[in-house]
Amino acid sequence: MGKTTAEKIFEAHLVDEPFPGTKVLKLDAALCHEITTPIAIDDLIRRGKDRVFDPARIKAVIDHVTPSKDSKTATQAKILRDWARRHGIKDFFDVGQNGVCHALFPEKGFIRPGYTVIMGDSHTCTHGAFGAFAAGIGTTDLEVGILKGVCAFRQPKSIRFNVNGTLPKGVFAKDVILHIIGLIGVNGATDKVMEFHGTTIADMTMESRMTLCNMAIEAGGTSGICMPDMTTVEYLWPFISAEFSSKEAALAAYSQWSADADAEYDQVIDINVTNLKPTVTFGYKPDQVKPIDEIAGAPVDQVYMGSCTNGRLEDLRIAAAVLKGHKLAPNVRGILSPATPKIQQEAMKEGLIDIFMEAGFCVTNPTCGACLGMSNGVLAEGEVCASTTNRNFMGRMGKGGMVHLMSPATAAASAIEGKIADPRKYL
Amino acid sequence: MKTFGGPVLFLDRSDINTDEIIPAKYLTEITKEDLKPYILEDLKLPGFDPKGPKTKTAKVIVSRANFGCGSSREHAPWVFEVNGITAVIAESFARIFRQNMFNCGMAAIELPAADIDLIMSHAGDDDAAMTIDIEAGSLTMSGGGKTKSFNFEISPFDKALVLAGGWVDYADSKY
Repeated sequence: MGKTTAEKIFEAHLVDEPFPGTKVLKLDAALCHEITTPIAIDDLIRRGKDRVFDPARIKAVIDHVTPSKDSKTATQAKILRDWARRHGIKDFFDVGQNGVCHALFPEKGFIRPGYTVIMGDSHTCTHGAFGAFAAGIGTTDLEVGILKGVCAFRQPKSIRFNVNGTLPKGVFAKDVILHIIGLIGVNGATDKVMEFHGTTIADMTMESRMTLCNMAIEAGGTSGICMPDMTTVEYLWPFISAEFSSKEAALAAYSQWSADADAEYDQVIDINVTNLKPTVTFGYKPDQVKPIDEIAGAPVDQVYMGSCTNGRLEDLRIAAAVLKGHKLAPNVRGILSPATPKIQQEAMKEGLIDIFMEAGFCVTNPTCGACLGMSNGVLAEGEVCASTTNRNFMGRMGKGGMVHLMSPATAAASAIEGKIADPRKYL
Repeated sequence: MKTFGGPVLFLDRSDINTDEIIPAKYLTEITKEDLKPYILEDLKLPGFDPKGPKTKTAKVIVSRANFGCGSSREHAPWVFEVNGITAVIAESFARIFRQNMFNCGMAAIELPAADIDLIMSHAGDDDAAMTIDIEAGSLTMSGGGKTKSFNFEISPFDKALVLAGGWVDYADSKY
């Protein structure tokens, strides 16, 4: 019988099975940020175990609130910074070099096919775009990961999504994943891996695949996973060219992680995107979605572009293509937070930042801040945000505020019209 | 091992997320104890007051499906722990929240929807309370002069974590 990608990765990383159904895996990467790591560090110190399993396999970034906004966040940053220095963690990204973790770490080439990746952050599933098993975990699991380089998981079953067809104009990876979450519900993939196949995925860039996998957690999924292919190799080539004699050789090596044709799935779901429309959430759960024509015209106070879901260069290009030559409607304010310094710099070189600023957007430094209502764009009670982020929970971006999740194109069109708007007429 | 059981707080809704349990703005606290006043602050349910007496006395939470969805923040189990709540009984849990509970030596116990219905029927009883026996895999709900017992299963690994009081010492001695 064949194996899924997750089954192959589990088999290759198995350290122990302390009880039937519980697999302790060796970690290739333990990723850290300043919100969930400091308490793990503090606990390790208290236990007299202030050690790390391998400084080269630990990566750390200050991204949720940066630059620090007050003494508490400055303390969190300092705890992470001091710890990284103390243990010789050289891949530590501080103010000026820092960006949203799930955009920054892939950009640095840290994630490879077949890897096991954990982070004390639910959107760690993003990294499955590279054919890795990448799961969000809590602070205690992170603490053990930092100390011992292992993490325990239940053997996950996989759901296979066969996504086929050419994406219509104005429809993007964000619309696909919102549609999928709407289809299976917010716990439709709990304890399962969402394995993505099909021509639509094969045609996607790595950035789009990251958007897709990023929101697996919003359906309860442990990890999203895409099959490694030449697109994966091309993206990673600057980092792996010394390891392989050619791109074809890299592809051949990475293909071992692709699911077998006769792998067994918990469920197989076929999706044809040919008639998919721009998709937007309407309530307080990510599975409450509507096609654009059923929600266009809904009021908006703020438009937010950024986050680990849609703050990458491709997203900025798409949004700028919609925005070019337009101004923000007078009733809305716009905030752009490019996800990493590299993205911000490229966007400047390409003139994208000019387009946003001429439209009237505020451009902030890379940070997670507004997405979870911590800084740089928090909503007031009763306000509504058209957002390219990943969660529309009640109060997520600020107590009493509402969030509509959508693609960068739909957010840009909404910025122009001052209400939720169909991007297709601008493309 | 922690102690389990006592007065029950009923949260009768599915998909209660970790933002509702502890809003992100409090994630800048460095100690678990500092989270204490903010338990369930953003949860809006008819008749529920996060600052009310029932929140203060509760030792057990009973809820519906997909409890603890959303963010990976372990601040959610911690805010329960520092408020004296060591067990959540629900129809189902989000994976990360469930594991965070066990990793802290706390209990996330799943029961079928029909059993949750029976337990929820005690929501109006002022004396609603539960006893929980982790080793035996059974719990007893009482209130309003009625008593009923239920059996539950938790995985052997999760049970070992509860008995050991958490995952860090277990892992450090073994790996």
